[in-house]
Amino acid sequence: MERLGTLRRNMMRVAGAVAMSAVLALGAVACGDDGGGSGDGDSITIGFMGDLTGENSGLVIPPKQGAELAIEQYNATNPEVKINLKTYDSQGKPEQATTLALGAVKNDKIVGLIGPAFSGESQSVGPILEEAKIPSVSPSATSITLAEKGWKYWHRVVADDAVQSTGAATFLSGSAGAKKVFTVHDNQDYGKGLADAIGAAVKAKGVTTQTDAVDDNATDYSSTVNKIMDFKPDAVYFGGYYAVAGRLFKQLAEAGYEGKMMSGDGSLAKELITGTGQENAQGALLSCGCLIDTAGETNANAKKFADDYKAKFGSEVAIYSTEGYDAATAFIEAVKAGNTKPEEINEFLKTVSFDGVGKPIKFDQNGELAAQDIFIYEVQGNVIKLLGNANEAKVS
Amino acid sequence: MNMTKKLPSKSNGGGLSLDPLRDWWAGAAGWQRWGVYVLLIIGALLLPHQAIGSFMAPSGADWASMLSDQIAIYVLLAIGLNVVVGMAGLLDLGYVAFYAVGGYTIAIFAVKYDWSFWETLVLAIVFAAASGVILGAPTLRLRGDYLAIVTLGFGEIVKRTANNSDYVNGPRGVQGIPHPPTLSEWEIFGVQPFSYGILDSRPYYYMLVFFIVLAIIFVRRLEKSRVGRAWTSIREDEDAAELMGVPTFRFKLAAFAIGAAIGGSGGVVFAAKQTSILPTNFEFMVSALVLAAVVLGGSGSIPGAMLGAFVVAWLPERFRFLEDYRMLIFGAALVVMMIFRPEGLWPSRQRKAELAEGGGGMGHMGAEVGEQQTGAAAEVTK
Amino acid sequence: MLDDFINQFWPSTIDGLSLGAIYALLALGYTMVYGVLRLINFAHADIFMAGTFAALWTVRGLGVSDLNGIALIGVVALCGVVAGAVAGGGAMLLEVVAYRPLRKRGASRLAALISAIGASIFIQQLFATVLVPWIFGTSKEGGKLPVSEHFREMTTVISIGPIEITNVALIIFFGAVLMMVALDQFVNRTRLGRGIRSTAQDPETAVLMGVNIDRVVSVTFVVGGVMAGVAAALYFLRFEQTEYFVGFLLGIKAFTAAVLGGIGNIRGALVGGFVLGLLEMYGSSIFGSEWRDVVAFTLLILILMFRPTGILGESLQRARA
Repeated sequence: MERLGTLRRNMMRVAGAVAMSAVLALGAVACGDDGGGSGDGDSITIGFMGDLTGENSGLVIPPKQGAELAIEQYNATNPEVKINLKTYDSQGKPEQATTLALGAVKNDKIVGLIGPAFSGESQSVGPILEEAKIPSVSPSATSITLAEKGWKYWHRVVADDAVQSTGAATFLSGSAGAKKVFTVHDNQDYGKGLADAIGAAVKAKGVTTQTDAVDDNATDYSSTVNKIMDFKPDAVYFGGYYAVAGRLFKQLAEAGYEGKMMSGDGSLAKELITGTGQENAQGALLSCGCLIDTAGETNANAKKFADDYKAKFGSEVAIYSTEGYDAATAFIEAVKAGNTKPEEINEFLKTVSFDGVGKPIKFDQNGELAAQDIFIYEVQGNVIKLLGNANEAKVS
Repeated sequence: MNMTKKLPSKSNGGGLSLDPLRDWWAGAAGWQRWGVYVLLIIGALLLPHQAIGSFMAPSGADWASMLSDQIAIYVLLAIGLNVVVGMAGLLDLGYVAFYAVGGYTIAIFAVKYDWSFWETLVLAIVFAAASGVILGAPTLRLRGDYLAIVTLGFGEIVKRTANNSDYVNGPRGVQGIPHPPTLSEWEIFGVQPFSYGILDSRPYYYMLVFFIVLAIIFVRRLEKSRVGRAWTSIREDEDAAELMGVPTFRFKLAAFAIGAAIGGSGGVVFAAKQTSILPTNFEFMVSALVLAAVVLGGSGSIPGAMLGAFVVAWLPERFRFLEDYRMLIFGAALVVMMIFRPEGLWPSRQRKAELAEGGGGMGHMGAEVGEQQTGAAAEVTK
Repeated sequence: MLDDFINQFWPSTIDGLSLGAIYALLALGYTMVYGVLRLINFAHADIFMAGTFAALWTVRGLGVSDLNGIALIGVVALCGVVAGAVAGGGAMLLEVVAYRPLRKRGASRLAALISAIGASIFIQQLFATVLVPWIFGTSKEGGKLPVSEHFREMTTVISIGPIEITNVALIIFFGAVLMMVALDQFVNRTRLGRGIRSTAQDPETAVLMGVNIDRVVSVTFVVGGVMAGVAAALYFLRFEQTEYFVGFLLGIKAFTAAVLGGIGNIRGALVGGFVLGLLEMYGSSIFGSEWRDVVAFTLLILILMFRPTGILGESLQRARA
């Protein structure tokens, strides 16, 4: 402290960062390395990485809370090895994500990472974790390319765009009977990937398509709405997140559009209904690789999760919170089975299989979720109701 | 324009004045200066040491990669933008465009055409400079804030075009950008400073330090030459400069191109370090923060711009423990720092004098007159 | 491409005008502050954002739904008053806290610009982390999510062939034009307005003529803020939703509109706003909506190349001619 104090005073006097850092550097070398690290025998650290304070933190805080809940419940059982959850706020920015990932690996000695939440940061962090041999399970990165890189330590508990588009396209051209489909995306990684995949999949089934994009930072989508009204499609499929979906569906409905409106897992949240307006949102469809019953009537697991979540955080289960919980549970299962080293955990994840609160969790060799079922949901009243598997679901 | 203005910092500078140091520096012998340079470079090389990191980045982020991925990149960008804003007095709100051009150049040529890092670096610098000229040629006839909005627009155009172009994978960005080739396995103090891998960020940081030193020498030489004097005259009074026979347009274009080239080189290192880039890496906020770095440090001063960049890149990281509130505090800190040191943390003496004189090319806010008078009057009565 | 343009011409025009009206109102704040202080007030967009929350709060407080006709106009007017008061007050506070100290020190405009960027970040974060969770009682993370309140019904009131105009578009357009006429009268007819014009023209002479600069600057910020508040109320009428980040893009566009019309020129802001709104809509109908901003900014650069001081030319005082 003494030394630091004098250094700080010097710093004030010199008031030059470069000169100051030179002094600091010389002083510090003498101090030697004090290193870091948290892992002793009785507790291990798992990281959670994502945008916790940035523009899209609304999508990342729910899975973080889901993970917190899972780990808190686990630690409450007084296990042999406790798990610390350390959060890394990347603000969704790859350059911050790599900095934090390297810090997590070197200083905090994490044994596993939940996240990164978005595909962009996953692309940057993936090689680091691969090199450091740290397993990761992302709750929400859906880009197809992530699974194609041959990463051995990477997993996700969310269906990729390809699987979802196949299911949704079957439903759209099948029981929904759409002959003309207009796809809209938010010009982001996730949304564009999904919307383009849907467009290609329905086109293969002989449907006429057209596409347009909206800006997720903007709120006025009237040019897109005009294009849709001009094209007169049977269905509009939106790839993107619920905030944008709500605005788009609302503006569409108010412009007098009467066809079907559909979106993907990124929009499967109650805020879609509040954003669109309950009246306008009626009959809006959603596709998702997740099996959730927001009402919690049939699935006891989900019901308990929803109650616990509400009790702890004072808010409803939101987007990707079940995925956050399931991703954390995958690690917990590994630790329960006596694995505390990153590589052991990774080996265990290859064979892990349990019923998560959202869906059965089991990974294939690419780290992709093995369950390939897509489910269709519909907005009825102020709830999002499960219609059933995409191959069988009927429009009510 | 106003005779009653006084140098404000005299009355309020207090203990933070750099004057004694500057006086010593002005009179220092050649060997002393070289000694300081060498010490500074050694200091910069030792900076990534973890012991410093434990103070600078206590929340567990990897200090070395913070230096390479954020701080050193910002320092390089700030040096580049300083040429445009600080030296030539042109307000550029879209500097990120050139950074993006650099990043996308390596992304395209290294991934699609297998060019090596060093080849793409040269190409990126050329492309970035060319884009500076392309943007500058039609727009540099505009004055002041028209230029600001046009550059801002250009930044958005570049980002959105990248986002809309399937050739560069649209919003997915480009992945698999190769690291620079390892130059040597040579090891010193447990670091291989020329081996560019994934886990160790220090080699990238050293590369950036090298680029920064090069950029400083280059810019410094220019500043001391006819070019620098032309920039000063343009920034001070463009009409007068034109009348005195300075080809203002050509020199403004040169400032744009040089600033752009430095920004482009930053983009290349960033992309090679990250191995992937996305259009969202190149938000308007980056332009705003680099500009904040330049002004915060002291527009027109190279050490100032570096200090400003360091502060802007490092503060949010240091205050990570504030969690949700850290950006709130950061915004407030920007305002407070500008209020207390409007001339910047480390302004150049010349600029300080110019600022006292008449706003230093950028001009004062229009309606400061009454205030200035009362301020000066208050000073007289002291 | 051209087919799309022709087919979507009328709806694009109407949407472009109502969007342009909001741009124009917001552009006024930029243009007036610029005219007087030569400052790009980046935080103006966030003053607008504060206004949208004020409008939302008003509507939620009234607890109304499915409004139409006169009642809707009344509620929107009330929203405008509340949002105008909040935004005007906010703008004044902003000036006192973030710009006046700089002005007193004779700081460069560049320093003021950075202060503006800092203030912008601060206001956004203040809403996201403190105010929204506190006022609307959402959870902590809820501060960053959009907040919606549905209170009106959208109906078509005028229908001539392919032209269909909704009640909402009509209120936005006439509301904005009304405010702009009022502002024009204020600046050109009143004593304070004369003070603003003279300060914009020549601050030193204005001081010599007895204009109280501090007061003029304050009034300029308040008037700009009130315009942003009204824009916020109209915006909220259109979208019935807001979030802390809502001002950012809109602000950049509005500033673009101000420059396009000729910055510092009040009528220029009007023209710039409508031109930009229409250009965006036509551009997206031809090239696709993802090119909307690229089209807008490219045209901006082109227009400035041929008219380097904007469509109507700059400066407050010349607007009278």
